[in-house]
Amino acid sequence: MSTHILSELRALEAESIHIFREVAAEMQRPCLLFSGGKDSIVMLHVARKAFAPARIPFPVMHVDTGLNFPEILAYRDRWIEKLGLKLVVASVPDAIERGFVKEEPNGSRNRIQTPVLLETAEQHRFDALFGGARRDEEKARAKERVFSFRDEFGQWDPKNQRPEIWSLYNGKVHLGQSIRVFPLSNWTELDVWTYIATEGIEIPELYLAKERDVVERDGMLYAVNVFTPRRDGEAARRVLCRYRTVGDANLTAAVLSDADTVAKIVDEIAAVRITERGATRGDDRTSETSMEDRKKEGYF
Amino acid sequence: MPMDLLRLATAGSVDDGKSTLIGRLLYDSKSLFTDQLDAVERVSRDRGNDYTDLALLTDGLRAEREQGITIDVAYRYFATPRRKFIIADTPGHIQYTRNMVTGASTADVALILLDARKGITEQSRRHAFLATLLGVPHVVVCVNKMDLVDFDEGTFDAIRDEFSEFATRLRVRDMTFIPVSALQGDNVVTRSERMPWFDGSPLLSHLERLHVASDRNLVDVRFPVQYVVRPQSYDVLDYRGYAGTVASGVLKPGDRVVALPSGLESTIASIDTADGPVDEAYPPMAVTITLTDEIDISRGDMLCRPANMPNVSQDIDAQVCWMDESATLMTGRKYAIKHTTRWARAMVRELSYRIDVNTLHRDETADSLALNEIGRVMLRVTQPLFVDPYQQNRQTGSFILVDEASNKTVAAGMIGRTHGGG
Ligand SMILES: Nc1nc2c(ncn2[C@@H]2O[C@H](COP(=O)(O)OP(=O)(O)O)[C@@H](O)[C@H]2O)c(=O)[nH]1
Repeated sequence: MSTHILSELRALEAESIHIFREVAAEMQRPCLLFSGGKDSIVMLHVARKAFAPARIPFPVMHVDTGLNFPEILAYRDRWIEKLGLKLVVASVPDAIERGFVKEEPNGSRNRIQTPVLLETAEQHRFDALFGGARRDEEKARAKERVFSFRDEFGQWDPKNQRPEIWSLYNGKVHLGQSIRVFPLSNWTELDVWTYIATEGIEIPELYLAKERDVVERDGMLYAVNVFTPRRDGEAARRVLCRYRTVGDANLTAAVLSDADTVAKIVDEIAAVRITERGATRGDDRTSETSMEDRKKEGYF
Repeated sequence: MPMDLLRLATAGSVDDGKSTLIGRLLYDSKSLFTDQLDAVERVSRDRGNDYTDLALLTDGLRAEREQGITIDVAYRYFATPRRKFIIADTPGHIQYTRNMVTGASTADVALILLDARKGITEQSRRHAFLATLLGVPHVVVCVNKMDLVDFDEGTFDAIRDEFSEFATRLRVRDMTFIPVSALQGDNVVTRSERMPWFDGSPLLSHLERLHVASDRNLVDVRFPVQYVVRPQSYDVLDYRGYAGTVASGVLKPGDRVVALPSGLESTIASIDTADGPVDEAYPPMAVTITLTDEIDISRGDMLCRPANMPNVSQDIDAQVCWMDESATLMTGRKYAIKHTTRWARAMVRELSYRIDVNTLHRDETADSLALNEIGRVMLRVTQPLFVDPYQQNRQTGSFILVDEASNKTVAAGMIGRTHGGG
């Protein structure tokens, strides 16, 4: 006899599917933001489930900073083709060339990718953008809604968000306004990995431990590659490591790990005691509130 | 048995120790990360505290930090080997009712905190009232700061007895009292040796063992159609499936169903998921149903059993909680209404009374509802809705009102008695 209780992963999956369908039914032009990170991979996987056996009824956008790990681009293209989707690329290098945005002195394209994202969304008149953000990631996100309202400038005002009661989402917007939608809001990092393991989802091999040449900067390990070449006086060493998050190749650090399978990653995450952003993102360490500031400008 | 999900809403007046308690749960269940802890220790030191202020862990956005208050619902996550918990942390202050209604709307458990020295206050009564109004099946009252009353049994008993008596008027389904010290950890995760007289479980084990399966309505089949799946691809050209989330009841292939509002009947051919067909669907599963007959069904329609239908009505009698600060609810006003997957327009025909959430007194002379006020209204809706009383069905008994000019969600509604037959 069935107990009629859904496991927590299936309950989370069902909630996410519900959100995808709600947006597809009510919004005019939704689009899914795909970064190649594990959260957007899971998001794409759940989106496929929401509409099966039909195709995902919206396109996918990738904000290409020009600083992508090649593995991620290959993964992206493979999946877009497999699922028969349309890909919209918002190119930061193009925007720099056009003079639409200016490269920041520190080489980080985190801030300048926001206007490029907003410009592309506006050109395509997307009124709903799915993002893979989770509430457990960061303090500024703990209060984020599933449907996050953005004004005509794509900006987020924490004081002007709609109450979300039951699962009765309100996606009504005026022309030019939009919503960001976070189907994985209630997932934790461990949920994401457990789900990847349970579902057997293919992931880019950057996430798996492997011997890589790294240099150490400010206590973080950066793999030596075209994006983070060895600087003068730096000694590279070969270590067993993997990536816990995959952002821009010039900013994402690796962590020491021997987790060379998804099952081992699940064990590692279950035991690990440092948040993923704190561990691997040079960009988020600047200040305790940097994420909040970036969100206000229109970032996720 | 697989790990399941428990949704928790917390309530407490300012300074009763809610942030400390949540911090303690996260800390003692080892759900905290070292960098989060480092940040909190740093801030505690900067502020000149000589202890690590666990309350800082659940502190929110900068604007709120600067004002020294928290004003919105924040979500926290922690897990034990038995369960994953989602805490909707709903802080105090003026916006309190709105926040607690939001947090409690999906909660399996409401956790009400009070200060052992102060005992029961108007606010704790309000918290209990809101938890019952929102149909939260379990209430846990944590009598906090027991260390400041010398862990005295008599103090705890007096609070418990008084609160229980009040709660019988509210018809709380399940209410448990636990004496705790959030600051020192007594009876939060580990049993307190300083309160040997208490024979109940510590908070965390109570939450881990709480039986929530029977809270779900598995009797009344309600399947609001959310999205019609019509693949354009060649291999599945004839496929027509009705996607949605089961609101209540158990559906099986072969079941006879009726579609509302058309009243046309058919039989479930299959219940599909991306992982293949399933033998049954129950809440909150998200599935796609195919029928043996081609009948016209679209988003906003509902599938149910011919012998057990919801009330189909354009006249709705409901309690509403007003959530907007810039306008008030008034008789004669029109709003957009969202009920399950259906949008319509609704006019407020009558405001029967406003409830004083502290005293439960009904003010029948009231002619408007302002932010955080709750009242009973009669609505006339432009199309029939398929409704059940909220206390029987949280999915088909709830709705939101949306301001048609600003698009803001302005009210949460809980349907009361339903009229006529279904
Ligand atoms: N003695 C004692 N103090 C406590 C306890 N719980 C919280 N406090 C203190 O009460 C104050 C308010 O706590 P806080 O968690 O910020 O309250 P909140 O406003 O409900 O979130 C803080 O100074 C806490 O250290 C307790 O169990 N015992």
